[in-house]
Amino acid sequence: MPKRLALTAAITLMALPLCVAAGAAGAADGSAPTAAKAAEAKPYKVEGGKVDPGTYNGYRRYGESCMRCHGPDGAGSSYAPDLTDSLKHMDYDAFAETVINGRKNVNTANNNVMPSFGTTEDVANYLDDIYGYLKARSDGALGRGRPQRIGD
Amino acid sequence: MNQRKKVLLSWTALVAASLLSSQPSLANDELSKMSKDPKQWVMQSGDYANQRYSPLKQITTANVKELRPVWTFSTGVLRGHEGGPLIVGDVMYVHTPFPNVVYALDLNNQGRILWKYEPKQDPSVIPVMCCDTVNRGVAYGDGKIILNQADANVVALDAKTGKELWKVANGDPKKGETMTGAPVVVKDKVLVGISGGEFGVQGRMTAYNLKDGSVAWKAYSVGPDDQILFDPQKTTSLGKPVGANSSLSTWQGDQWKTGGGATWGWTAYDPQLNLIYYGSGNPSTWNPKQRPGDNKWSMTIFARDADTGIAKWVYQMTPHDEWDYDGVNEMILADIKVKGTPVKALVHFDRNGFAYTMNRETGELLVAEKYDPAVNWATHVDMKTGRPEVVAQYSTDHNGEDHNTKGVCPAALGSKDQQPAAYSPETGLFYVPTNHVCMDYEPFKVSYTAGQPYVGATLSMFPPKGETHLGNFIAWDASSGKIVWSNKETFSVWSGALTTAGGVAFYGTLEGYLKAVDMKTGKELYKFKTPSGIIGNVTSYEHGGKQYIAVLSGVGGWAGIGMAAGLGGDSEGLGAVGAYKQLANYTQLGGVLTVFALP
Repeated sequence: MPKRLALTAAITLMALPLCVAAGAAGAADGSAPTAAKAAEAKPYKVEGGKVDPGTYNGYRRYGESCMRCHGPDGAGSSYAPDLTDSLKHMDYDAFAETVINGRKNVNTANNNVMPSFGTTEDVANYLDDIYGYLKARSDGALGRGRPQRIGD
Repeated sequence: MNQRKKVLLSWTALVAASLLSSQPSLANDELSKMSKDPKQWVMQSGDYANQRYSPLKQITTANVKELRPVWTFSTGVLRGHEGGPLIVGDVMYVHTPFPNVVYALDLNNQGRILWKYEPKQDPSVIPVMCCDTVNRGVAYGDGKIILNQADANVVALDAKTGKELWKVANGDPKKGETMTGAPVVVKDKVLVGISGGEFGVQGRMTAYNLKDGSVAWKAYSVGPDDQILFDPQKTTSLGKPVGANSSLSTWQGDQWKTGGGATWGWTAYDPQLNLIYYGSGNPSTWNPKQRPGDNKWSMTIFARDADTGIAKWVYQMTPHDEWDYDGVNEMILADIKVKGTPVKALVHFDRNGFAYTMNRETGELLVAEKYDPAVNWATHVDMKTGRPEVVAQYSTDHNGEDHNTKGVCPAALGSKDQQPAAYSPETGLFYVPTNHVCMDYEPFKVSYTAGQPYVGATLSMFPPKGETHLGNFIAWDASSGKIVWSNKETFSVWSGALTTAGGVAFYGTLEGYLKAVDMKTGKELYKFKTPSGIIGNVTSYEHGGKQYIAVLSGVGGWAGIGMAAGLGGDSEGLGAVGAYKQLANYTQLGGVLTVFALP
């Protein structure tokens, strides 16, 4: 029990400075909509199976940093959860918080650890694109495989 | 203290022995002898030649249909279980993925646990491991069990008690250095590789002294000659001296420092030639445009002197990799006839889809043929230069960054990954678990940050055009370079094979079946569905006069990541229904050892 308490404390402590860092990264990129804005409008555009550049970039960045654990197309693996399902229950803020701070679930039954991506440029700078791509997958607006870009 | 005295004593004996004769040390003699005893299985591959062959023959093609599970053991860990158990005397040693528990089970007492060792590791290493927290097993030597931990610590345990004898750091997980491969004990040393090709590590093989864990030699895959332990005049490639700076001259600037060439596969050893053999992995990043040059010696077969580490010969299979075709798969040493001439051969089924037969004394290339007809990225290997003839359409470097190169076969996981093949001296054939998967591959620019993924490509995977099965189990003739027979499998075969003198070959499937086939024809003779998908390697041993077959199940690894939810289609052929077969509908997580015997 004391161990678990200590772990929670450590995560909370870790989370604080990283949130600040992430905010800065988003602003520096210039393209990041605020969380509120993301909630009201769809964070992706899909027309006739083709996607906007942001969503496409999200697909690519997903392949770079997320696929190794979460499997192809955000569909989950034997190692990490199905993100098309996770995003049905997780809003943008919770998504960003998890990606930036990481998550630990280590006990007698589980050894699940998601690293913190708060200082990984390839992720932090494109958080909204990755979210848009996964949200499109989660909403069923986008199928599996490599999406085509609008105008291609 | 007592322990230390004991170690010191045995070391003194060792020194005395080596002074008395120029024979290999005691530890090696003992282990070599033990590996020839068919009742035991004292190293991960069964023997130094990586043949995975058991001379036991109680179980035959005639009676294997009577096989049944006789006891099982839950490892208590859910992640992907690669490798297999060791059987040393009356004790079985079973390992697990992270947290890398080791159990010693008493075979005289129905598998009662004699001791359990669980290292304390920082769980932050988990996400630094590419593709699941697998571990390919422990090694035995000189009364010790050697464990490669995920966090890159190598630990030696007293095989009798499980007490820690020494522990050394073989790398730094903060730089992306982790361990998944199995150690190998050779003479008075233990050879240990490193993982982290997706994190820009500088790959290397390190020999630690078995007595105390001090470093005997360390040989990098990429870098200056004194780091890669090359003699510019004496180290050869296809018979010619490599010359000075053979690695450095193939990299731009100091890119070699994060150049990869990880060594996470299997190591073989030839006691007569005193050479060890292993392969190096992909150059970092996966984006070939970012690292011009041949990127030597990534994707290379190394033959090194076991005592000094100095390279005798090298052969780079995939210069300037553009597809992530790691060269780490096992080297199988077999004395076979190649086109009529007896050869001390090395046979290697590479990720790139070519099977290479080489002269293991000289490094001469004898045969290089495709072992899956789907392979399309190269037309053939030029036997003079040893270089593959790359097809421009499938060259991700030629097509460039931000361009999607379509329909490359095999996919990045290779026509075969680490799952080791087996050889039978009776049939003279190799039995190979394979993947039958293609990919689209798009490289893009990435920046290097220590401890962060350094991949630089995204890909989607699917079965070859017009097909729906994702794997084959094949019999291979290494002399003619031809498939003798091939069995289709629904999913990639990600389990190491076993050959036996009973004429039966064994392997596991991702759905969880242990299968027995006739080695001559491939005919399936027996199957049993274990509790989870099998990515472990099949083992045989004898105890109390009875032959047993043992295998770890526990789905995971890259296979579990790539296929749990089924493969995606390529951008055009999204309708390929077969590709959507979800592994998750067949099996779930859970590490269990299942032991089989005849009634």
